[in-house]
Amino acid sequence: MSLLEFHCRLRYASGFEVDAAFATDAAVTALFGPSGSGKTSILSMIAGLRRPQSGFIRLGAHVLFDSGAGVNRSPESRRIGYVFQDHLLFPHLSVRRNLLYGWRRRPAQARPVSFERAAAVLELADLLDRLPHTLSGGQRQRVALGRALLCGPELLLLDEPLAALDVALKHRVLDYVEQIVNEWHIPTLYVTHNPGDVRRLAQRVIALREGRVNGAGLPGAVL
Amino acid sequence: MADTFLGLTPRDWQAVGLSLRVSAAGVLLSLPFGLGLGWLLARKNFAGKTLVETAVNVPLVLPPVVTGYLLLVVLGRRGWIGSWLFRWFGLEVAFTWRAAVLAVAVMGFPLLVRAIRLAFQGIDPRLFQAARSLGAGPVGAFFSVSLPLARSGVIAGIVLAFARGLGEFGATLIVYGNPESAPTLALEFYNTLQRPPGAGDDQRLWSLVGASLVLACAALGVSEYLERRGQRRESA
Repeated sequence: MSLLEFHCRLRYASGFEVDAAFATDAAVTALFGPSGSGKTSILSMIAGLRRPQSGFIRLGAHVLFDSGAGVNRSPESRRIGYVFQDHLLFPHLSVRRNLLYGWRRRPAQARPVSFERAAAVLELADLLDRLPHTLSGGQRQRVALGRALLCGPELLLLDEPLAALDVALKHRVLDYVEQIVNEWHIPTLYVTHNPGDVRRLAQRVIALREGRVNGAGLPGAVL
Repeated sequence: MADTFLGLTPRDWQAVGLSLRVSAAGVLLSLPFGLGLGWLLARKNFAGKTLVETAVNVPLVLPPVVTGYLLLVVLGRRGWIGSWLFRWFGLEVAFTWRAAVLAVAVMGFPLLVRAIRLAFQGIDPRLFQAARSLGAGPVGAFFSVSLPLARSGVIAGIVLAFARGLGEFGATLIVYGNPESAPTLALEFYNTLQRPPGAGDDQRLWSLVGASLVLACAALGVSEYLERRGQRRESA
């Protein structure tokens, strides 16, 4: 049994259809493809924010979705840390309260990541009392990473976390992602259309085109 | 005129106080429904949505006395709900203060729902999804993310509905009646106008106009301030 098994079909009213199947055991798996290839749709289905018409999603021993068996776990019960492309920090909450939003909703014994350690690793200690609108793009990205990390996820979903950043910041954020993966060993699904990011981070890549998987394997073999 | 304060007699002050209390109670009564319906209309598509929207806005376009009559039909002792309430709880609604509260709640409801709906529509729905993905249930995400972000709009809606309630006349006249002992501000104005002119009545009328203006302007001023504060926060 693979760590993550995904086989779902989702058809939008516009006619666009995602019909993809893949499985992975890698620490970091890249979902790679051009804009509009269905990468974010797949993340939304895994997170439970969008319901597929049919198929199944399994994470380890847990069935997150199975249309045949009538299983569809709620987003809050899936234990998935989702870093959205545009961060979606809560604008009315300070950085500290954003970070603690998911952490406080976990039982004390199910908080594998300590708040202090996450704030230290992501260099957020000086930002804790600020509101999101006062932060730079890179700072927001780090808060979004920390917030997803602190909700105690069994899988991290990173949706193009470097899309809006300049080159220098991209390298720093990649360092943070690597550190998270190495320190907490949380399996990560990383969405990107940049082959360089895939080669640096991922051990396995799923290539997507027009809603379908058109290649999967080691980054060197697929790219 | 003896025993007046700011040109208003004790009876006028009693009417002002009753209007304030009835209006506040009406808004409090309709607020949970307004929040639920405003959120539903802003966020969900469902069969019959247009019908619900129309039904909510009906009190805006119906003559208030017609709305009052419909309330009387429903809430009177022989009405669909009124007879049930009387039979099971001994509760009379029509021609009591409860009827005045209900009239205010119904007449202000479209304004309340509209403001709340617009406030929720102004919030990125994905923030709610982000909250869900972080472990909050739908109710928790609503109260910790959606409602605080819609706060200014919700308060503006409350103030508008409250201001509308202060001036409520037509529906109140029908369903509450016009009790000599406890008129609302609008009813007292009407009663004074209808009576044969007496000494000091002109001054009383103008004092009641002044009181109505002060209350309405204060409510609208608060609503405007909150709306601007909300816009400033969104653009920050």
